[in-house]
Amino acid sequence: MEGKRHVLSILVENEPGVLSRVAGLFSGRGFNIESLNVGPTLDRGMSIMTITTFGDEQIIEQIVKQLRKLVTTIKVVDLTEHISVEREMVLLKVNAEDSRRAEILRIVDIFRCKVVDVSPEELTIEATGDRGKISAIFSMLQRFGIKEIARTGTVALKRSLQD
Amino acid sequence: MELTGAQILLECLKREGVDVIFGYPGGAVIDIYDELPKHPIQHILVRHEQGAIHAADGYARASGKTGCCLVTSGPGATNTVTGIATAYMDSIPVVIITGQVPTPLIGNDAFQEVDIVGITRSCTKHNYLVKDIKDLALTIRRAFYLAHTGRPGPVLVDLPKDIMQAKIKFVWPDDEAIKMRSYNPNIKPNKRQLQKIIELVKKAQRPVIYAGGGVISSNAAEDLTWLARKLHIPVTATLMGLGCFPADDPLWLGMLGMHGTFTANKAIQDSDLILALGARFDDRVTGKIAEFAPKAKLVHIDIDPTSIQKNVAVHVPMVADMGLALAEMRAIVESDLGAFDFVSAHEPWVKTTIDWDLEHPIKYTPPKKGEAVKPQYVVEKIYELTKGKAIIATEVGQNQMWAAQFYGFQAPRTFLSSGGLGTMGYGFPAAIGAQMAFPDQLVIDIAGDGSIQMNIQELATAVCYNLPVKIIILNNGFLGMVRQWQELFYKKNYCSTCMEAQPDFVKLAEAYGAAGFRVTRSRDVEKVLKEAFAIKKTVIVDVRVAQEENVYPMVPAGKSLGEMLLV
Ligand SMILES: Cc1ncc(C[n+]2csc(CCOP(=O)(O)OP(=O)(O)O)c2C)c(N)n1
Repeated sequence: MEGKRHVLSILVENEPGVLSRVAGLFSGRGFNIESLNVGPTLDRGMSIMTITTFGDEQIIEQIVKQLRKLVTTIKVVDLTEHISVEREMVLLKVNAEDSRRAEILRIVDIFRCKVVDVSPEELTIEATGDRGKISAIFSMLQRFGIKEIARTGTVALKRSLQD
Repeated sequence: MELTGAQILLECLKREGVDVIFGYPGGAVIDIYDELPKHPIQHILVRHEQGAIHAADGYARASGKTGCCLVTSGPGATNTVTGIATAYMDSIPVVIITGQVPTPLIGNDAFQEVDIVGITRSCTKHNYLVKDIKDLALTIRRAFYLAHTGRPGPVLVDLPKDIMQAKIKFVWPDDEAIKMRSYNPNIKPNKRQLQKIIELVKKAQRPVIYAGGGVISSNAAEDLTWLARKLHIPVTATLMGLGCFPADDPLWLGMLGMHGTFTANKAIQDSDLILALGARFDDRVTGKIAEFAPKAKLVHIDIDPTSIQKNVAVHVPMVADMGLALAEMRAIVESDLGAFDFVSAHEPWVKTTIDWDLEHPIKYTPPKKGEAVKPQYVVEKIYELTKGKAIIATEVGQNQMWAAQFYGFQAPRTFLSSGGLGTMGYGFPAAIGAQMAFPDQLVIDIAGDGSIQMNIQELATAVCYNLPVKIIILNNGFLGMVRQWQELFYKKNYCSTCMEAQPDFVKLAEAYGAAGFRVTRSRDVEKVLKEAFAIKKTVIVDVRVAQEENVYPMVPAGKSLGEMLLV
């Protein structure tokens, strides 16, 4: 994917069809979505979406303007322009024969992950963190054999104190 | 008192000022049709739903009001999609009411069910499925509000049959209720930016105004004309902008772009300041983007922020309603005490453009004795006879370009043409819509023999409602515009562009109860047109024109505006 990574935080009316309007805007124009996350906000009438995408400045400007143009969009912030907190949660199912289990658990400990399911052959691990941490966990666990993963995609908020 | 959904819908339409609605009935909307005769809304029964949406669109373009159409679920709804996309591309305010199967059946592949809200998501400004009768009145009001405010566009409302039958107490939502926190189009011009633009105009030696459909839809043509004359700036326009400035004014350069005039394209390429007003830098207009107006500073005013900086880098961007922006700009110029002499500043440039026009006017080679009628001549005659006072709709193709080039548009809302989508079959139903808005005006559809056959069934509609629309077919026996490309860029491989087995258009007109004429010689053109315009009837004039006539000038696709092919 070309260009810089951008994290867009989009506040929308909580109405049927909103998600497909936003997603359709990306696909209809050939923009790529890397990850997309949606959930309700404190105000039940609104939802917040976090979309990570790639593009040069001109493309991102178009994406942001197009998103703002949707009748159901309340606010769009490109978090890349701000200091923000980013998190993603990943569930990883890892091969874990007896001989390697202790080693895996040590890594889980170091990264402050959690084991959420166990079987004689596998461990399922919950990991939360920013992109750097998630990819570090990934590479540490890869050599044991990762059998399955599920990721939530990035969620992000602007930090309260900006410089 | 409680009203049914159908009654509420019609009550809302009435209060929104809808006096005519174009439509086609079906099971899902029969409740609405059952109520219709009790309301002061005239229903025009078209012969195909595509006709309904184009007619509503033509009505909107000609009148400046919001057009409205009503169709049934499933096939009725899908038949409108091309027309919706046409209105969307040209930013035309229309509200489309579609019937839908009863809510408990939605999603079950019920008879005549289609997810029209899903289908039209990318070609409407917004769309709604009403799932509760409580939301009906508010939804209709919002649909009209969205359609005509900000950048106008089509809004679709999908109404399930059970909602039309349900009953509730009718409450008319007030202006406060229709506001949406997520929809606040920015329409106010920035005064300082406007002042800066005027300063730029003072410094410019070769300024050009490049006007688009936004000038017309925001009713800004009068202020534009005033400003262009006062600031002494030559004006060119896109296809959608034709009529925003009188074509007989010496400052008028003609249309620009692929089939624009030599003068307009040359002026753009040589200009040092372009004021782009309500235009969106379509690729048919700019030619090769990297070489568009290489020497110019660009000012761009548009209601839609996404149009700005989309294709070209702009020096002074401004998001505003064009009507408000130009009115404000006019006020600034009027109150400018140090009255700058714009005329002296720009006169050498204006003179240059006039010389170009004398060197390379828009022209064609007249027929030699015994040769077929030239299509351009027909358009010239139409212009002469109507003095630019008719409403001209066009189909798509060469006929559309010749209309744009050879008819001198004098006033906004007199040229109805599918610009953004280029929809064949648009012109005739659009002319029907315009004739409904202006029963006493001369409304003419300049057509090709291919395009007219796309919605020819609307002859019945025109005849049925006594609409004296004149269809002038520039009949070249070809899908001319495609044939032109085949000739110029595909070694004359005329594959599937020759219209064999044409109907006899004169008999066809008569079969529908309209009048039909055929013209084969140049010297009969004027006489027959006069006769056709005088009849208070729907008329087809089938003019047999030179088969392989081309539209020139032409900027080949992907070339810069400087690389024109001339006659
Ligand atoms: C619905 C639709 N189908 C196909 C086209 C492609 N197209 C553009 S111009 C043209 C030829 C139009 O022929 P005709 O109506 O005879 O007009 P002429 O160019 O001969 O004036 C065609 C096929 C189109 N614009 N719209």
